[in-house]
Amino acid sequence: MKKQLLIALSTALLSSSLLAAGGGIELEKAPIDVHDKSSLQNGLRYYTNYCAGCHSLSSSRYNRVAKDAGMAVVPIDDSDEAATLADANAKLMYENIVFTTDKEGKPVNLGSLMHSSINKDDAANWFGAPPPDLSLVGRSRGSDWIYTYLKSFYLDPKRPVGVNNTAFPNVGMPHVLWELQGWQTLEEHDDGHGHVEQTLHLSQPGTMSPAEYDVVVRDLTNFLTYVSEPAQLHRKTYGIFTMIFLAFFTVLAYMLKKEYWKDIH
Amino acid sequence: MNGLLNWIDARFPATKVWNEHFAQYYAPKNFNFWYFFGSLAIVVLVIQIVSGIFLTMHYKPDEMLAFQSVEYIMRDVPGGWFIRYMHSTGASAFFIVIYLHMFRALIYGSYKGPRELVWLIGMAIYLALMAEAFMGYMLPWGQMSFWGAQVIINLFNTVPLIGPELSTWIRGDYVIADATLNRLFALHVAALPLVLVGLIFVHIVALHAVGSNNPDGVDIKKHKDDKGVPLDGIPFHPYYTVKDIVGVSVFLIFFFAVVFFAPEMGGYFLEHANFEPANPLKTPEHIAPVWYFTPFYTVLRAVTLSPFAGTAAMFLAIIMLFLLPWIDKNPIRSWRYRNKAHTINILLFVVAFVILGYLGVKPVTPELKELGTQMTLVYFLFFLVLWIHSKPATAKYIMWFVGLTVAIVAMTFYRYNPEATDDAAQILWQWSLTVGYLALTLLLPGLISAFNTEKDVPERVTG
Ligand code: HEC
Ligand code: HEM
Repeated sequence: MKKQLLIALSTALLSSSLLAAGGGIELEKAPIDVHDKSSLQNGLRYYTNYCAGCHSLSSSRYNRVAKDAGMAVVPIDDSDEAATLADANAKLMYENIVFTTDKEGKPVNLGSLMHSSINKDDAANWFGAPPPDLSLVGRSRGSDWIYTYLKSFYLDPKRPVGVNNTAFPNVGMPHVLWELQGWQTLEEHDDGHGHVEQTLHLSQPGTMSPAEYDVVVRDLTNFLTYVSEPAQLHRKTYGIFTMIFLAFFTVLAYMLKKEYWKDIH
Repeated sequence: MNGLLNWIDARFPATKVWNEHFAQYYAPKNFNFWYFFGSLAIVVLVIQIVSGIFLTMHYKPDEMLAFQSVEYIMRDVPGGWFIRYMHSTGASAFFIVIYLHMFRALIYGSYKGPRELVWLIGMAIYLALMAEAFMGYMLPWGQMSFWGAQVIINLFNTVPLIGPELSTWIRGDYVIADATLNRLFALHVAALPLVLVGLIFVHIVALHAVGSNNPDGVDIKKHKDDKGVPLDGIPFHPYYTVKDIVGVSVFLIFFFAVVFFAPEMGGYFLEHANFEPANPLKTPEHIAPVWYFTPFYTVLRAVTLSPFAGTAAMFLAIIMLFLLPWIDKNPIRSWRYRNKAHTINILLFVVAFVILGYLGVKPVTPELKELGTQMTLVYFLFFLVLWIHSKPATAKYIMWFVGLTVAIVAMTFYRYNPEATDDAAQILWQWSLTVGYLALTLLLPGLISAFNTEKDVPERVTG
């Protein structure tokens, strides 16, 4: 018993440290800007239309992301005008981004968390893995990874859903954006020195040109990056004011110190 | 106003305490940059306690809710992200400040008599701080929280005889689970903060009983005026209060720059993998502790004789620091007046410590693995060399150098195994790093007297 534990521990210690990160392909830099509202809105719209069926964003609320993306205007008082605005707002959101329903089949409240309605166990059966919550994927995997991942699906008849991914080998997720991008195939070139280079080739174009598809992927990545830390939209502004204040305060404190210390030699 | 003060003074020694510890506490007038870090540590403690209390108002210590509650703080609690970043940045800032504070004690010999207790209490604070940070890191219940705790708590498994029972007792369950999270929360927000505050209080009381050291290592109490005031001393208040305010202000610039512009600090202050909820079924490919633990983590991994030996080496690495006052018996305190070899010894120790820390965040390759072994050796040899430097005039440098080099070469032969080609190649050359360290700290003063001469310590502080 004790011996087993020792062995288990030592392997845990070694293996934890020995394995380098897997799926080590070169990531493409995601050209995102979380302050670009139209990109965020576009990302939000693609997200709710193509991804929200499977993935939840269980830390985010519809009205908050809509507001941060500049999509919805939040009523400020209880005048008639504000009420009309709020109605228009709600209509806009229900038409564009809020598609989930509660147990009775009614559309969920605008302040609800963005849960998906898929059953986790079913999904795990279908795809081999449950679709993970994407609230923090922008921080755990990073924007560049998401960007590369969404552009790296390719046809692979050996996989249950018929696709594979160079950024996430043997992924369980189907290529849900295939209509837009089309289908890619993987080509392997042996450079003669045993080094195999892999490239993706668009074998069957979709409804969008590669440049248009890149924009969609960028906006989705931008949205997921924003969602992983909504505070980043205004964090730096506070930072600048704090820096200015502290710079002033330091000068003042330094002058005070000089004054007190002038007779110490 | 005065009436009120008199009323209080008749019932509580307010003025007396104020005078003893501020207005009439005489500190050496030659404090430099390195003396800012004590007051900064108190500032960080206050930041941690205040931000911690606000986090506790919204955090839920429950295996099912913990991760989500932290994200709730980050999004739905007004100013929540600010509180959390203050707290997570504060944890790292605490260690930066404490490491610099300890380095000061090392270079100016502040651990030596009569300040041994100040040093020992400081080391106790350091231990409590490590425990506090480890437990805090568990609370967000992310992948690294869980697996880091797994590695650390499993260390107790390696203790002979009682290991498994001990670690089960610590976890409160056979696996890391809700019970573990709950007890670590209790310790993190109540028990250890109380211990820390208590220890810091004793630290300062002990310091004020014997008085501060200074960059010259000179005893200022030897020269007093007829009122009994040290000639080289100035009242802590107002001189050092106004000076420390400048230090705090500059520190806050760095601190808030991280909080507002780079709260993750590239994955060092908040690890990327910890943004994924804990999953007991999915072992991460690479478990790296937070940066402030990594030097000791590398020591743990470097000693592979048996799992317990690794754990023991890690604890020994910390115990050695406790023993510092009795290892370094040289009567000169400050490195300013000791021989050059001593300065080299301290600087190389810092280099080894930083390398050990760097290795702890990297996945192991044969090259880095052997580097970890050699730097662990340097870490421990530092204390031996420090002891040898206690009496530079009579030290048998050459004898020690030859003896230790022979021991290292013998160990290299023993460890060399030509079948493990990658490791063997590294073992074959990297021992020279450790011997190089010994050459610089023992051979150099043994052969060239300029590296072994000590300077006269002045009677009064300089500058
Ligand atoms: C049909 C269901 C489904 C849809 C729709 C879907 N996904 Fe997925 N997704 C999955 C599954 C299942 C996984 C888990 C794959 C695995 O672990 O093998 C996944 C994984 C991911 C991951 C990796 C997460 C991680 O950290 O491992 C990202 C990122 C992702 N999906 C993004 C998206 C985006 C963006 C969309 C919309 C364009 C989308 N998904 C639509 C099922 C889906
Ligand atoms: C004294 C030094 C302290 C240190 C070094 C410390 C360290 C840490 C660390 C490293 C974390 C994880 C950081 C994160 O991921 O956000 C944490 C979290 C936490 N700490 Fe502390 N802490 C200290 C004091 C306190 C005190 C005094 C309290 C409360 C009274 C407190 C309450 C909390 C709570 C509730 C969390 C969990 C919330 C979260 O993860 O953001 N801490 N602490």
